[in-house]
Amino acid sequence: MIQKGRYGQYGGQYVSETLMTALIELEGEYEKVRNDNRFASDLAALQTEYAGRETPLTFCPNASRELGCKIYLKREDLVHGGSHKLNNTLGQALLAKKMGKKRLIAETGAGQHGVATAIVGAALGMPVEVYMGEVDTVRQALNVFRMELMGAKVIPVKSGTRTLKDAINEALRDWVANVRDTYYLIGSVVGPHPYPLMVRDFQSVIGREAREQVMRKEGQLPDAVVACVGGGSNAIGIFHPFLADDVELIGVEAGGEGIETGKHSATLCAGNTGVLHGTLSYLLQDIDGQILPTHSISAGLDYPGVGPEHAMLKDNHRVTYVAVNDTEVLDAFRFLSKTEGIIPALESAHAVAYVQQNAERFDTDDIVIINLSGRGDKDVAEVAKMQGCL
Amino acid sequence: MGRIEAVFAAAPAKKPAFIGFAVAGDPDKATSIRIARALISGGTDILELGVPFSDPVADGPTIQKADERALAAGTTPDTVFEIVREIRKESEVPIVFLTYYNIVYRRGVRKFYKEAQEAGIDGILIADMPVEESGEVCAVAARCGIDPIFLITQTTSDERIKKIAANARGYLYLVAVLGVTGVRDQVSDGAIDLLNRVRRHTKLPLALGFGISTPAHARTCAHAGADGVIVGSAIVEIVEKNTGKPDRMERDLKAFVSQMKKAI
Repeated sequence: MIQKGRYGQYGGQYVSETLMTALIELEGEYEKVRNDNRFASDLAALQTEYAGRETPLTFCPNASRELGCKIYLKREDLVHGGSHKLNNTLGQALLAKKMGKKRLIAETGAGQHGVATAIVGAALGMPVEVYMGEVDTVRQALNVFRMELMGAKVIPVKSGTRTLKDAINEALRDWVANVRDTYYLIGSVVGPHPYPLMVRDFQSVIGREAREQVMRKEGQLPDAVVACVGGGSNAIGIFHPFLADDVELIGVEAGGEGIETGKHSATLCAGNTGVLHGTLSYLLQDIDGQILPTHSISAGLDYPGVGPEHAMLKDNHRVTYVAVNDTEVLDAFRFLSKTEGIIPALESAHAVAYVQQNAERFDTDDIVIINLSGRGDKDVAEVAKMQGCL
Repeated sequence: MGRIEAVFAAAPAKKPAFIGFAVAGDPDKATSIRIARALISGGTDILELGVPFSDPVADGPTIQKADERALAAGTTPDTVFEIVREIRKESEVPIVFLTYYNIVYRRGVRKFYKEAQEAGIDGILIADMPVEESGEVCAVAARCGIDPIFLITQTTSDERIKKIAANARGYLYLVAVLGVTGVRDQVSDGAIDLLNRVRRHTKLPLALGFGISTPAHARTCAHAGADGVIVGSAIVEIVEKNTGKPDRMERDLKAFVSQMKKAI
């Protein structure tokens, strides 16, 4: 980072004036807790006792045999709530509480971040309201019910494309109107500074654990680490502790029906630079800067932007960003379920699909870690429907 | 003296300028030009034109929908510049753009400001551009003779008010509510407090906007000593209600502006 809140040229704080004071306050408070042992131990206790960390780094003998390399899964699907999202919501909710905020708001796409926010709201005794695109409330109806079960209020967003981007728009509007007592708990490494930094810090526990675990099990660093990228929080979480190492890092975006069809969410592979939701990064947009509708089989990757740090890591070639399409993802979803008895979230199945499609790139003793960012239970009904089974 | 400065310099003591807002290209280019004409002939002192964006996060539902209508009609920055050129053929009223940074960024800051200047734009407000990020934009604006207009809100600290006032030209846009644009029941005490607080730090004209929609609101702002009263959503609502009836729309807009002018 060359200046505050910047990753190369990317990042920044492009928000309306009402939010600037809140961001400046948040920056200051976060800087304090970042170096506070008490905060660290409170968070560590919650991670262990409540979230179920550390998560295993599971060796997959069957998938390894099939694909011809050593496959390890970082099991974020086993975190309480079913995805890596709780790593971040625990950290931010603790911070919100420390700041004396009375209410949490969040946006959600697939519903996993909404669920993770509802969880911390219930656990820490803070009311939660979750903005969710109307389209997503339909395709992830079970997660809506889950959030409501835990006492959160889910607000369907009917503006724009009625997906994640519009949910963020509405959450920002709510925050502008209620900024004094409300904490906006962003779910990915997007948004204005300090969110990309904060979320990355809270998610880096994934990579720190994985690095130690692979050293313990294999006595060496992995050859490659693969993670799916929507906003990019699980990817930056596992990549970050490996950035200084000689390890290939691969981010897999949602190719949807194929980049050439225009129906995808592959922001880094097919987008260009611009400003959305407070940050300068890559975007899917038209020539005039209007944001384009996106498509992905997984609601969690259906976003026209991406975290600013990923934008920098693309430009400096430290991370390779690729895309896989929906049919390859469905293949991988079935493959991992069948070979290992682990049903991946459709988001995480993108990372599995990349390795499956590019198995010939790896030798038999190559170690490949796939970040299994979430479990696929939430997607089972939707996939069954696609197959005509429901 | 620029056109904006001239408006405030010429305003009779204690009589604030009326600043009217419409989204350029809403509901289409031709009607949009007629809307601008109606606002000007009703007595609008400064015309604010929204350059539509797909994700206007500082705006409430009324202006969001107007942006969507404009974009659905095929409005691009090119269209918006054409609208400005048309208005400039017949009026010297100051015109200010309100937009979001991505629109300016995509076109290129220099190119956007240069084209704006050539079309006859006097000021530009970028809703998601806080003063901290505005270095390049302010430098380019100065070279083009365009006033950089900034928002100040009830949450803005005194320290930041000073910083904003030091970079702004033309007028300061004081946000009367905590929230997005849209019609409200009344002008809050917070808005008047803000006006008095900002006054201590700057000699720039102060215009109040967000949530101001009736003659009573405008009168409250005038009595509190505002130099300008900005009305957006109430105007856009008249446009929305009369889409497809341009004659009636024109008449209602003109009548609305005259009524507001009388109140201040």
